Amino acid sequence: MIELENVGYNYGGGELLDAVSVQLAPGSFHFLTGPSGAGKTTLLKLCYGALTPTSGRVRAFNMDVHGLDRDQMAYLRRRVGVVHQDCRFLDHLPVIENIALPLLVSGRELNHEEANLRELLNWVGLSERAHALPPELSGGERQRAALARSVILSPDVIIADEPTGNVDWEMSQRLLQLLVELNRMGKTILVATHDLSLIRAAKKQVQARVLRISNRQLQLAGADL
Amino acid sequence: MTDSKLHKLILGDKQANRVVPPTGFTAQLTLFVAGAMGFLAVFALALSMASGRLADRWASELARAATLRINAPAEQRVAQTEAALEILRQTPGVATARALTGEEQAALLAPWFGSSLPAGSLPLPQLIEVTADDPGYDPSGLRLRLQAEVPGAVLDDHTRWREPLVDAARSLRRLAWVSILLIGGATAAMITLAANAALAANAQVIEVLRLVGALDSYIAQAFIRRFTLRALTGAAAGVVLGMIGVWLMPEASDEGGFLTGLGFQGWGWLVPLLIPPLGALVAFAATTRAATKRLGELS
Repeated sequence: MIELENVGYNYGGGELLDAVSVQLAPGSFHFLTGPSGAGKTTLLKLCYGALTPTSGRVRAFNMDVHGLDRDQMAYLRRRVGVVHQDCRFLDHLPVIENIALPLLVSGRELNHEEANLRELLNWVGLSERAHALPPELSGGERQRAALARSVILSPDVIIADEPTGNVDWEMSQRLLQLLVELNRMGKTILVATHDLSLIRAAKKQVQARVLRISNRQLQLAGADL
Repeated sequence: MTDSKLHKLILGDKQANRVVPPTGFTAQLTLFVAGAMGFLAVFALALSMASGRLADRWASELARAATLRINAPAEQRVAQTEAALEILRQTPGVATARALTGEEQAALLAPWFGSSLPAGSLPLPQLIEVTADDPGYDPSGLRLRLQAEVPGAVLDDHTRWREPLVDAARSLRRLAWVSILLIGGATAAMITLAANAALAANAQVIEVLRLVGALDSYIAQAFIRRFTLRALTGAAAGVVLGMIGVWLMPEASDEGGFLTGLGFQGWGWLVPLLIPPLGALVAFAATTRAATKRLGELS
């Protein structure tokens, strides 16, 4: 699905990532962990094309991400659902329209998707809050709304950046449950988190692999978690 | 642009319009400036059309008439007049040539000397009214021939009077056209600035739209449509007010001179109606350019 080959990245102030190689196979579940500032978000951005590597190659769906023009990049974003750390909503539109935004911008007929949308809202437990504005939502509700938005186009890959960053344990369990269900439906999942107990909880339910960034390198973490 | 795209651009996609938050104040400023420009454009257009009519009228009315003046001693005057008339009759391009009668000449002098002037006793030159055909005669050729055969004849084809007037009217028309172009350019510049401001103010919205997979054309369309419609509405209001202003101006009259002729005539009233669509076109082009440039700079 997504393949990083000897990827390096530097912000101009020095190397952040160096010689990172990883393959996200279809249907796999990966956690990405590491200390703050180690480059978790950067690595995720490299995966969905928001950043271009300074060295090496990123391939997504067998296309070299570097060679994509702006329109092709937009089509790529429709195949990769992303849950951002800070969610990124349009604050003047109600939750339901924010969740439907990917449908809208890809020119789908919203009337035909009405039932799907309701079902999705129900699945993330936001039916009651459908017409609230994003700033009125709690942290957990925002994360669930972001997750719903990332899967509305039924992408093959879902990338989540600290989806449980500012929610309580119960809520993070619920979010994890949603991600696990998506993985069981065959989606490829990549979750960046520094929450080790979340990873442990996940390992009980799915075959999850843990990638750790340390010293600018990506390592496959052992079973000691 | 395909039909469906054009259709979407004009009628709009209600949902798509909502993705960019409404901006009350900037929208009103854009409307106001488009209105002011539309209003000014109407006057520039009225000026250009009126001065164009004036130039044409002066050029054609004065060009067709000429005067031949025969300054000769009293005893030779009749003979020279006859000779001159004969030459004029033979000249191709002269429609009519007629010697003015004594009474007509006296009437021409009456404003200066009063009607009691004994015209017959004064050594007045004989005037011959010459009307040109279409195409006209060659004035320099005629002058040469008259010089040889009627030494006392002076041909005045009004060129001296006509040219400065026609030139003035033509430069007035040129100025009016330059004004219209400047108004168009200023509108484009203003819309570009407003569109850039709107794009900058909505950088976050654009970023979110890109993240969820929106094409640049989709994002640009939301802005283009807004500014095009604002320019169209504003200019339409300005043009209506401008046309009322022109309509309220006094009718053309001899007493008022050329100033009162400033306005539209007949079909001319339809020409200002082109201003709003042209303004919208300018806004469309300016916003498209601004949006394409701006979006290209984003990651």
